[in-house]
Amino acid sequence: MIDIREKLDAIGPYVPAPDDDMLVCRCEEVTKGEIRQAVHAGMLTIEEIRRFLRCGMGLCQGQTCGKLVKGIVARELHVSPLDIEPATSRAPMRPTEMRILARDGGEAHE
Amino acid sequence: MDRILTHPILGDTPEGRLVNFTYDGQTLQGIEGEPIAAALRVAGVMTHRYTKKRHEPRGVFCAIGRCTDCVMVVNGKPNIRTCITPLEEGMDVRTQYGASAEKDF
Amino acid sequence: MIERYDLIVIGAGPAGLSAAIEAAKNGMKPIVFDENAKPGGQLFKQIHKFFGSKEHKAKIRGFNIGYELLEEANKLGVDVRLNATVVGLYDEKEVTVRIDDEIKHFKGDSVLVATGASENMVTFKGWTLPGVIGAGAAQTMMNLHHIKPGNRILMLGSGNVGLVVSYQLMQAGCEVVALVDAAPRIGGYGVHAAKISRCGVPFYLSHTIVEASGTDRVTGVTIAQVDSHFNFIEGTEKTFDVDTICVAVGLSPMSQLLKQAGVKMKDTPGGYVPECDEWGRTSVPGIFAAGDVSGIEEASSAMIEGRIAGSVISQDLGFIEKAEMEARASELEDALGSLREGMFAPKNRGKLIEKTEEGIGVSMNLLEHGFVADDEIERYPGVTHRKGIHPVIECTQNIPCNPCQDACPKGCISIGANITSLPTVTENPCIGCGMCVASCSGQAIFLVDEDTGDGYGTVTLPYEFLPIPEKGTKGVALGRDGHEVCEAEVVNVRSAKAFDHTNLLTMKVPKDMVMKARFFKAAI
Repeated sequence: MIDIREKLDAIGPYVPAPDDDMLVCRCEEVTKGEIRQAVHAGMLTIEEIRRFLRCGMGLCQGQTCGKLVKGIVARELHVSPLDIEPATSRAPMRPTEMRILARDGGEAHE
Repeated sequence: MDRILTHPILGDTPEGRLVNFTYDGQTLQGIEGEPIAAALRVAGVMTHRYTKKRHEPRGVFCAIGRCTDCVMVVNGKPNIRTCITPLEEGMDVRTQYGASAEKDF
Repeated sequence: MIERYDLIVIGAGPAGLSAAIEAAKNGMKPIVFDENAKPGGQLFKQIHKFFGSKEHKAKIRGFNIGYELLEEANKLGVDVRLNATVVGLYDEKEVTVRIDDEIKHFKGDSVLVATGASENMVTFKGWTLPGVIGAGAAQTMMNLHHIKPGNRILMLGSGNVGLVVSYQLMQAGCEVVALVDAAPRIGGYGVHAAKISRCGVPFYLSHTIVEASGTDRVTGVTIAQVDSHFNFIEGTEKTFDVDTICVAVGLSPMSQLLKQAGVKMKDTPGGYVPECDEWGRTSVPGIFAAGDVSGIEEASSAMIEGRIAGSVISQDLGFIEKAEMEARASELEDALGSLREGMFAPKNRGKLIEKTEEGIGVSMNLLEHGFVADDEIERYPGVTHRKGIHPVIECTQNIPCNPCQDACPKGCISIGANITSLPTVTENPCIGCGMCVASCSGQAIFLVDEDTGDGYGTVTLPYEFLPIPEKGTKGVALGRDGHEVCEAEVVNVRSAKAFDHTNLLTMKVPKDMVMKARFFKAAI
């Protein structure tokens, strides 16, 4: 079990940075500052941050920002990006309309 | 932006069939089958959409259908990746605002 | 309904196609899915000549290798389904594919994931503006769709992608105003850097982008020097008017499907990759990986990895005997091994190598500025002097490449058994045919006649731009650093099928300039 309080104390408080308004996730328009603040609010994994901020959950599914988000989170946590578990991989890997997913198997039930 | 008509390695660019399409109601021409984004770029169009939150302009970024920044409303359907969607005669291509063709700011 | 196949290959790039070809040769019926409208992956955007030796298809341009692969696949009846996007991969080797407006299910006795890589990005102020593009986007626009990505371009990234794409941008008629990298030294092959340096592109190492300016599109860019911690050094800002910024900061394996299938993964500095044995087997029985998805390398390596996996899968499923597979795999591993030698070998990544295998000092000027300095060039074994015409080989790093050795009909050039050795010039007489100049994938060979008797000499250089200057054109010669060194006149231009679009331009320069003049620029 990770004690979140202990972990948060260890990484210190969130200190605003001049580039906090830099967009990182281009699809969902999530900034570096939002990601940094989420870490200090106790979200220590990519999975939690994704669900909270939606970074990497837009049309491109994190294709562009995945690595960038990992880097920012690692920096806040004072660890190597290699120690951060990447987001879960789920189907569909490419943007697919619900109407198509719903007809999985190809048989039309209009 | 210019088309490359002849290239030192690839030679002469094959001639394609010119077709008309509309961009925000304005008639433009492009080559049938080339990506919509290519035809737009030749016509000088750089902004494909405006984002939902910040209303910022976006255009072609990866050009291979991965980043989804170049999406537009094509024939009434939003989120069409123009960098990999072939141009067809008479297509109705519109700037996308958020997820629709209606300007929301 | 689930369709069943011996082998399902995901991705019709160099690795995937090669695996399918190998499997089909062994009597298997593979099916290949690719999300794109055309097969070949990134090969059709590669218009430069590849490195390596004959067995790696060296000195053939990437897109032509693509055509060769497709032809081979077609002949063997490999079923390649395009516009077929694999959206899911499951541990029971079930694959879900979006084809048109349907999700179809397929099951393979084996599955090879060859999905390649995607481009890394960096953030800077204005990076979302239209006009900031990936280097891959630039290649796609110019080499596939025949449109110029921009008119005035700044390239960020000095790895092979940044260097090669910069050169291709110039070939497409664009102006590259600068090549910038935050690293203190060039990441890609020195020969790729040298060929853009001598055209006059300035390199800014230890620099990066501060800001892309413009309101609705890029109109300019500001760069600044960075210290060893990559922090900007105030007062070092430089601004360029550009309409396009190209970003080439590395690639990451596109391995999400493997992770989804439950394959054991590992995070490495080179990306998130599956744990594989030397033949591409992952931790899930029957699921294989080959090419960039299992670690970023060259297309040449991807093709061999694909063939190895194809062979191993054929044996797993009983299409070939174990002995046959082992013989084939061992032959392919040797070919792969030689590509992984030299200064840029995977094991040397990130290391500063100061001496060549021959013990010669590596040009620091090349690493830090993009060109070998005049006072450094004489120390390399390919640079010799003699009366009459002779090759001058400005190949200064150990890379796996040897076409020059086979190109010379007179045996003037020798590399020897070790493919990464620097080429040496032998005593044999040079007939000035120029085959070596055209065969060098790094465009590092020049023919020099140091004294034509009239106070002048000639330099023959590889020329891959349009328009090709005609005989008699007057202009200036540029040095390795891209600066004007003297007046020059074109005295001969040769083009031949065997040169494969590399024209041989011979210019006349004052004889004391033959070892400095390395590019020709026509007077306007």
